[in-house]
Formats: sequence, C-alpha cells, structure tokens
Amino acid sequence: MTASSLAEFTRRFSRHGGAVLGAAILFAITMLAVFGPLLYPESPWRMVQKPFLPPMMTDGFLFGTDTLGRNIAAGLVHGARVSLLIGLASTAAALVVGVTTGAVAGFFGGRVDDVLMRFTELFQTIPNFALAIVLVAILQPSTDSIVLAIAIVSWPPIARLVRSEFLSLRSREFVQASIVQGQSSFQIIFTQILPNALPPVIVMASLMVATAVLLESSLSFMGLGDPNTMSWGYMIGAGRTVIRQAWWISFFPGIAILLTVLSINLVGEGLNDALNPRLSRRTR
Amino acid sequence: MIANAVMGLLPKPHVRPVAGAVRFRGRDLLKETEAALQAIRGKDIGMIFQEPMTALNPVMTIERQIVEVFDAHAVLDKSERKSKVLELLSDVGLPDPELLRRSYPFRLSGGQRQRVMIAMALALRPEVLIADEPTTALDVTTQAQILSLICRLQSERDMGIMFVTHDFGIVSDIADRVAVMQLGKLVEVGRAADVLRNPQHDYTRRLLSAVPAFVPKARPAAHRGRLLSIARLDMTYRGKHGLFTKGRTVEAAKEVSLDVRKGETLGLVGESGSGKSTIGRCIVRLLEPSGGSIRLGDIDISRMRGKQLHPIRKRVQMIFQDPYASLNPRRKVGRIISEGPMAHGVSEAEATARTIELLELVGLGRAALHRYAHEFSGGQRQRIGIARALALDPELLVADEPLSALDVSVQAQILELLASIKERLHLAMLFITHDLRVAAQICDRIAVMQRGRIVEHGDTADVFTNPTHPYTRELIGAVSGLALPSTVVAGQESTLAADAL
Repeated sequence: MTASSLAEFTRRFSRHGGAVLGAAILFAITMLAVFGPLLYPESPWRMVQKPFLPPMMTDGFLFGTDTLGRNIAAGLVHGARVSLLIGLASTAAALVVGVTTGAVAGFFGGRVDDVLMRFTELFQTIPNFALAIVLVAILQPSTDSIVLAIAIVSWPPIARLVRSEFLSLRSREFVQASIVQGQSSFQIIFTQILPNALPPVIVMASLMVATAVLLESSLSFMGLGDPNTMSWGYMIGAGRTVIRQAWWISFFPGIAILLTVLSINLVGEGLNDALNPRLSRRTR
Repeated sequence: MIANAVMGLLPKPHVRPVAGAVRFRGRDLLKETEAALQAIRGKDIGMIFQEPMTALNPVMTIERQIVEVFDAHAVLDKSERKSKVLELLSDVGLPDPELLRRSYPFRLSGGQRQRVMIAMALALRPEVLIADEPTTALDVTTQAQILSLICRLQSERDMGIMFVTHDFGIVSDIADRVAVMQLGKLVEVGRAADVLRNPQHDYTRRLLSAVPAFVPKARPAAHRGRLLSIARLDMTYRGKHGLFTKGRTVEAAKEVSLDVRKGETLGLVGESGSGKSTIGRCIVRLLEPSGGSIRLGDIDISRMRGKQLHPIRKRVQMIFQDPYASLNPRRKVGRIISEGPMAHGVSEAEATARTIELLELVGLGRAALHRYAHEFSGGQRQRIGIARALALDPELLVADEPLSALDVSVQAQILELLASIKERLHLAMLFITHDLRVAAQICDRIAVMQRGRIVEHGDTADVFTNPTHPYTRELIGAVSGLALPSTVVAGQESTLAADAL
C-alpha cells in the first residue's frame, strides 16, 4: 500500500463515526488485556473478600465479588486476555486454512474445485456450535482445543469468499499475462491474485474475531472452557444460578462481551467502507 | 457529457451545469424543473445510448419496455399501443415483430437491441435525437446497418440528430455539420465537408491524421522460414454439465490452419465472436485446443502442459486488449515487467536493467519504474503491456485487439510503436483486430475469420483490393468513411456530429 492510499484509507475510515468509536473501545479493551495483570497481579481465582459483595460498595472491589468471594474486576481483566487471544488465534488459524483452500479451489477450478468445495460443504452442513461443542468435548477443554474447534467451524465461509474472488480475478487479463510470462502457479496465487482478493477477506476476518469471542464465551458458559483460565463466559455461567440475588456476577462479564463484539463489528464495518469504497452503502 | 446535460441526466448533485443555456424551441432546458424535463425527454428529444447490452431492462419484454414510453407520457390507448409497437419494430427493420415484441432482451443480438433502443427513442416522434456513440459497441457490419437505419429514419421523419462519436469514418458518412471537442472545449464547428477537408484547429488536424488510411502499404514479399504453423486446429468450449444435464458446447474454432513466418505480421480479422481471440489464446496456450496441432518451429505445443510449457512461454508473448485490466493494480510497473524474466531465472538486477531499457524503448522512461499502473493513461498502460511482452525477447507476439480500448489519436501512436518495434527486433506478430483500417496499416498478410473458420487469407493488398469471399467483401464494404477524406457524403440539413473524445 502506498503512502497516499494509506492516507486515503485513514480518511475514509475516520469518516465512519461508529468505526472510530469502535476502534477506541477496542483499543481500551486491548490495553486492559495487555496491561491488566499489572493492575491485578494476583490470580483471579483467589478468594479475596466476602462472597456476594455488591458493586461499588467496598474500596478496591469496583464490580463486587462473586459466589466464592473472587474479585469480579480481576476476572474481567484476565478474561479480556483469554477472549481476545482466542478470538485472534482462532481467526488466524481459520484464515490460513480458509484462504489456502479457497485460493486453490478458485485458481485451479475443475475437479480440484469440486473436491475442495464438497469438503467445505461437509463442514457447512453441521451446525457450528454443535460441532464446536463436540470437538472441545472430545479433545478435552483447553485453550488450544478451543482455538482449534473455533477455527474448524469458521473457515468454510472464508474459503467460499476467497474462492469466488479468485474465480473472478483468475480470468482477468493481468493474471493471464503472468501465466503467459511463465510464472509458477504458486507465485501467481500468492503474489498476483491474493493481494487483490484481500480487502473483503480482511473485513470478513474482523467480523470473525467477534464471532469467535462469542463462541468462546458460549463454550465456557457451558463449562467447556479451559479450567485453568478465567473467561467471561465462565463467569456468566458461574453466576447464572444466583442471578436473582447477585445480578452483578453475570451482568458485568456480559457487558464486557457486548462491548467487545460491538466494537469489533463497528471496526469491521468501517474497514468494509474504507476498503471497498464502491460497495459502500452510505454516501456521506 | 454534453448530451447528458441536454437531457438533464447529469448525476446530481455532484455534476451540474454551471453556466450557459440549452435552448430548445426558445426554452432553456437547464432552467426547467424535473417534471417539465420529463415531458420533453422522450417526447421531443429522444436519446440512444452507447451500450445496447445494458440499456434495456433484462426482465421486461420488448413490448413492455416500448409501452413504458407511452405510459410515461400518457398517450395512446391499449389497442393503439400494440399496433404502434409492431409498427415501430418493423420501422427499425427488425424481423418478425409479432414474435419479437414478446421476447426478452437476452434473446436479441447487440445490433437488434440497438434497433429496439432506436424504436424506443423514436416512439413519440421526437424532433431531436441524441445518439451517444450508438455503434461503438457493435461489429463493423452491424454498425453499417445501424448507421444506414438512422439515416433512413432521419430523412423519413425530418429529425435533427446530435451524433456523439469518436470515429471520423462515421462523421464523414453521416454528418452535415461537425463540432470537435477537446477537454471539454469546443474547438471547431463547421460543415462536415469543410472540417474534414480543411481542418482549422490543430487538434482536429491531429485527429484526422490519426485516422489510419484504408490503403494497404506496399510491402516487399518476405520469403522467410515458418515460425508458427497451425494445422486443422479445433477448439470446442464445453459448458459445465450437471448430473442429469448435458453441458452446452460452442465450437469457437473449426479446422483452422495458419502459418506465421519469421518477421512478418499476420492479421487475423473478423467480427467479435468469430473465434479470433480463441486462436490467439490457443497459441499462447492459455487454452488447450481440442484438436489439431500448433507447431512452434519443430515443436508441437498444442498438447504440452504445466512445466513442459515453461520454455515455450519465453518464445511466445501476448499483448492484451484492455490496458486497464491487464496490469496488476497492486504492483509497481517495474515489477510487472521484470517478473517475466525473473520467472525464467534472470537475476533481479539484470531484469531491472532490462526493464529500464524496455521502458525507454516504448517511450516511457525509467521514471515509470516505481509508479503504479493507475497513474498512467490508457495509451501509456498499453505501452507498459508491450514492454512486458517484450521483456522475455519473444520470437512471436500475439496482439489481441491491442488498440480497441484506446482513443483514435492514441491508437495511431501505439500502432506506430508496434510497427517500429517489430522492425527493430525482427519479431513475428499475430495481430488480432476487428478494425480493417488498422489491419491494412500493419499487416503483411491477412486471414479473415467467420464463425470459427478462416474464409480467406492472402497478402494484405490482394485481400483488400480483390476479395474473393462474400464475407470479406461485406466486411470491406462496411468500413465507414471508406473514401475519407477526399469525398464526403452529403446528408440532410440538421445532422450535427459532436466529437467527444
């Protein structure tokens, strides 16, 4: 990307008010995740006060304590790490598989395309969440297995998107020119076509991070989270039974998930408008 | 642009006329309200667009679309409309109007669609017809038919026509008066005969001299060895077939035999859809032919695949039609050109040195090295495309309509560049074109294609002065403004051709 197109990108992105707000929230959450453990150096699992302490009543316990007297604020900060880490890692894994599959299918076409797409459909026919639960249950809950499970359920849409981009770009004359020049297929896929196919993929990936955060929370809520890490989903699940007596235990992790997912979505939308100016729905 | 302004079709609010007036029967159209304009559009002033393929609504029958015009202006009752539609369709020379009015646009060819567009524009007997490049998207033979149709209707109905075109051949065929535009300014207005014979403005002169003369240059007959020989080449496209359905097959080339000798230019001419590009793509092996052989020197390349083709790629290169689509928008020009040699094992430094040499050769200079393709004009991009094709020192260049996406004045420059490069590097070239004027300029020999077959081939001068096949004669007859600029056809009073380049 040249300097001028980067400036143009920034200009279009910042014209989107919601996206700027989303980026700001996301930045704050990321900072919390990175530097939070400095604020709360102790393990979030430690019982530090009386249980069922309501929020904003005791100094140092902004969001109160849970059923076992653990600090909810510490849980939120440590949970942010897990949520963002799993969201990014699983999206990255899904991108590697999805982009490669889609690129190969779209570029070579024919039988290769048929085989790869039938394989992709195999995954698409199974409900995402059910498959994720089964995978985590079989593999034993851990951060790795959760990342793997989320990646496995979320790569098919990427593969399909990349494939359709490749199908339309493959017949463009600049690609044919590089075939005629004698470049290898590998070279053509990664240096000629892929950079041109990326903008919609970037947008989709940003939205997938949000979905992954939700999926991770849902898994932990069901008790399939990594037993050694505090996560937002686990906190909601643990507070669920006492929601009428102690609403704050489930409420604050819920807000954290909402804000994270919302901000990622806003950023994704801003990226979409900035990267695909011609497809932008709004004209401002 | 001017044409759209008259009709009030400018994309508001970004573009609006800032000053001046468009007077129609004493009223200034620029000051009229949208409602008043709606009454005038279609009824008093009709318009034909450039792209007949997209100007018709694909989900409405032809009849519905024409009736819409009557609806919009609330004229005629139901039964009158039907007979009027039939009358209009037969007026514009469409066969079997009864069947046609119930058809959808996709069943019609480009020429037929343009006729429907004309019928719609004429439905309410407008006094002025604005035709915005109405034949640019059509084949030469179809273009000739549409032009004669427009002329006939004009004399029958006594209309004024504003004909926007970039083609001086058309101007000399149909125009009474000409207005030449350059960069938004009117630089010259006058009677067509005067302007064409005796242009006053510099720009007009440049445009006129850029029109290639339809006179084949005399060339010494070269009897050199064969470089490429194609024998009985077949190419059949097979559509994708499902479990229960048979795929559609299209025979794009049938038993095509051709020779290209060392250092000569062979022109492959014909209408679009005649299979010219298919042949070109088989030669550079973007396609695998379904039958026949393509020999480059002594090697048959028609069945080679993958790695086997690698050494062949060096010897045959291609110049593409669309300079806007043929350069990767995300790579710098230097990389685009040097990638070819580097794919064949040349070191980066050497490839870059060669790239600079080539950029100089095609008249761009080394400054182009670090810029992106979108920073260049169409003509400059085509120069980059040519440099890329030359980067591998090929023996044969396949040029697939390299000029058709460019303006006339730019066309002449590129044509000159190709001719000089060919001369200097002793290249053989297969020049694919639908434009007989261009073919006459650059080709030593000509092969005429129709529906996948070669119907005639021979030396350029022979084919053009003494065509034996009826299709060749038809093609040559369809070249507009054949006699330009010595005689100019005199037309009706009010035709005005605006050259909007």
